Amino acid sequence: MTNAIEVRGLRKSFGRTQALDGLDLDVRTGEVHAFLGPNGAGKTTTIRILLGLLRKDGGEASLLGGDPWRDATTLHARLAYVPGDVTLWPGLTGGEIIDLLGTLRGSRSGIDPKRRQALIERFALDPAKKARAYSKGNRQKVALIAALASDAELLILDEPTAGLDPLMEAVFRECVDDERQRGRTVLLSSHILAEAEALADRVTIIRDGRTAETGTLAEMRHLTRTTVDADLARPAVLDGLPGVHALEVNGTHLRCEVDHAALNDVLRRLTAAGVVALTCRPPTLEELFLRHYSAERPELGARP
Amino acid sequence: MSSSALAGTPLAGTGALTRLAFRRDRIMLPVWVYVITAAIASNSYSLNKLYPTAADRAALAASGGQNPALVFLYGRMWGDSLGAVSAWRYGVWASIFAALMSIFLVIRHTRADEEAGRLELVGSAAVGRLAALTAGLLVAVVANVVLTLLLVIVLIALGLPAAGSVAFALAITTCGLAFAAVALLAAQLAVSARAARGIALGALGAAYLLRAVGDASGAGGLSWLTWLSPLGWTEQIRPYTADRWWVLALPLALTAAATAAAYVLAVVRDHGAGLLPDRPGRPAASAWLRAVRHWPIGLAWRLQRGTLYGWAVGFAFTFAASGAAAKGIGSLLGGSEQLRHAFTRLGGQAGITNAYLAAIMSLAGLAAAAYATSAVLRLRTEETDGQAEPLLATATSRISWGLSHIAVAVVGTAALLAVAGVAAGLGYGLRTGTAGSEVARLLGAAMVQLPASLAVAGAAVVLFGLAPRASVAGAWTVVGVVVLIALFGQVLQLSQWVLDISPFAHVPKLPGAAVTAASTGAPLLWLGLAAVALAAAGLAGLRRRDIG
Repeated sequence: MTNAIEVRGLRKSFGRTQALDGLDLDVRTGEVHAFLGPNGAGKTTTIRILLGLLRKDGGEASLLGGDPWRDATTLHARLAYVPGDVTLWPGLTGGEIIDLLGTLRGSRSGIDPKRRQALIERFALDPAKKARAYSKGNRQKVALIAALASDAELLILDEPTAGLDPLMEAVFRECVDDERQRGRTVLLSSHILAEAEALADRVTIIRDGRTAETGTLAEMRHLTRTTVDADLARPAVLDGLPGVHALEVNGTHLRCEVDHAALNDVLRRLTAAGVVALTCRPPTLEELFLRHYSAERPELGARP
Repeated sequence: MSSSALAGTPLAGTGALTRLAFRRDRIMLPVWVYVITAAIASNSYSLNKLYPTAADRAALAASGGQNPALVFLYGRMWGDSLGAVSAWRYGVWASIFAALMSIFLVIRHTRADEEAGRLELVGSAAVGRLAALTAGLLVAVVANVVLTLLLVIVLIALGLPAAGSVAFALAITTCGLAFAAVALLAAQLAVSARAARGIALGALGAAYLLRAVGDASGAGGLSWLTWLSPLGWTEQIRPYTADRWWVLALPLALTAAATAAAYVLAVVRDHGAGLLPDRPGRPAASAWLRAVRHWPIGLAWRLQRGTLYGWAVGFAFTFAASGAAAKGIGSLLGGSEQLRHAFTRLGGQAGITNAYLAAIMSLAGLAAAAYATSAVLRLRTEETDGQAEPLLATATSRISWGLSHIAVAVVGTAALLAVAGVAAGLGYGLRTGTAGSEVARLLGAAMVQLPASLAVAGAAVVLFGLAPRASVAGAWTVVGVVVLIALFGQVLQLSQWVLDISPFAHVPKLPGAAVTAASTGAPLLWLGLAAVALAAAGLAGLRRRDIG
């Protein structure tokens, strides 16, 4: 499998601030890849280096087989980008901006009018409104429609749903799914974790300009614990059992986090105590995130 | 304004918003007030130097006060005391600046904040719906009151009569106040700050035209038009000659009426809405906007054309009037040896009329250089506002983006100079009956400024490419230095190499100077090459640096 994006040991500093400090990122062709990290982790800086807007200080970066700095304009004809903070020209209408970006991207006949129209309807955008009258969500829609209507092989989306309402977020997810079906590669930077969970084939988590973890969600879940929440007939004793963490017992109600290896033992003890109600949950990305960024639990932040 | 007394009323929070407004304007507000005061003071002072005796001023009143072009430009002259001459020469223009200050202040704290959504944040706190309006008005009132006090102090310090100085200061600042109220009303009508500013500035332009036409049409005819204009009222107060205090009632009445209307509208309208809705635009881009693939030239034109049209109107107006004033310039300057000297210095030696026209044309060149610089700096605005980022993430190269805006700057500068030449030629030629030949002659005289104006803009391109963070301040410093050298270089007796820094030092003084390949062609060629080299260096820098 070839990689649409390959980044090795990327470094970039702004004055004394080290924005990227040896970042690695692989995005395989045809996958939806979520690029996760808290604000200031270096997501946008990475994307801007990949777009040839910033010059890297060190490391390797290749995009669609080319050099993102040297081959910027030829590579840009093959990708579409939605910035995190969409600023538009206030005097132009949304429709004009969609067409303009399409033309400048270099698609031969601008963009496909049918697809443009379908997307405008799907996102319920009024294309005749001046950009200054758009809300943040509507500005985001303009940039998204311009990107999705293009025939680019690679979509780079920087926190694309930050201003969208839940309804539009659902439309956005459908669209990304469609793009996956059509074989396009998507790099989706986000700190909205549910979005990555719903959409991504693989995930890269970064922290302080460095890659903290990368893999499929299944691979990452393997590294984490299952949350068990149970109502029992009689109190059960789990204290001292290896692999059980954060145990809370409140009469016959019990809650704990369990390593995969200890799950069988824990369930046996629970059924012995008589299960009234039981919830077992795989960790959400929020919990993965907490593992990487929680200051209270530094021992969990260690790399596997 | 205690918060407890206003809590729960539509004015709740006015005090806090006013303090916030003063904090946000702590630089701009003093700069406006200082510049207007300093301009009046230094110009009254220099008028005293240029026309030291009563006889000098009587000669000026006899010629300048009768010259229709100057009456159109500045207004009517009511006397020949130093105060009356100052009030004639600077009253209308100082009032325009007071009005501009008030308009920008009021719109900034009302519609601009509302459009940006900042007032929504504030409005959800315990702030009444009339608070922002009141805060904006209060800031403008305070600015105009401070300006009044400073003007009175400075004018009296210059030795002018006290009563006349108070009348002169109030003539200027009541006009400022009236336009503050007009802006307040415009902010209720329009949805965008830009449109609100447009309405208020349009009203100011109309006021100027009404006054100019009314004044220039002489005693009979349309002279009543002057009385329809707040700028006409400024003039009709006749400071230092009649001190007609009752005329002050007119701007104050307009202030009260426009403010009342603004408050009524503010109560009935929805937040974010206006009475004049934003017109919808095209749902798809025109062929023009997407004319050239990978080249955002259509976009650059679209973004910059409005500004260019504004400059062109200003150029047409200013240079037509300045050209018209050329007839009889000799007798106007007759009284002042110093002024005559100043014009021949700026414009060359071949006859006072040609010297005057050549001086006007170098002013056109300087103004065009300022335009070209602002057009180039649009690139930096696009970059810092974040609009360049999605653009450069398309197949558009940095060079084609930069060149698109530079192309608009070059074409716009050439167009402005052409407007200046044609307008001055018509203004002068129609009065002397030789319009055809004057237009051709002055068009040429205007166009020889082009390479020098572009060389100044070239410095802006270099700064944008190599030192983007310093580019805005740096480019305007270059413009400022060039203007200073052109206007004051020889007065300050700077050495020749300092004077030669300015590209305008190398422009032939036309009309008047002999036109030969060596004296005219060679310096223009060198200036043109310098402009191209600067632009190339700037673009090379742009290719290498980080964006954003």
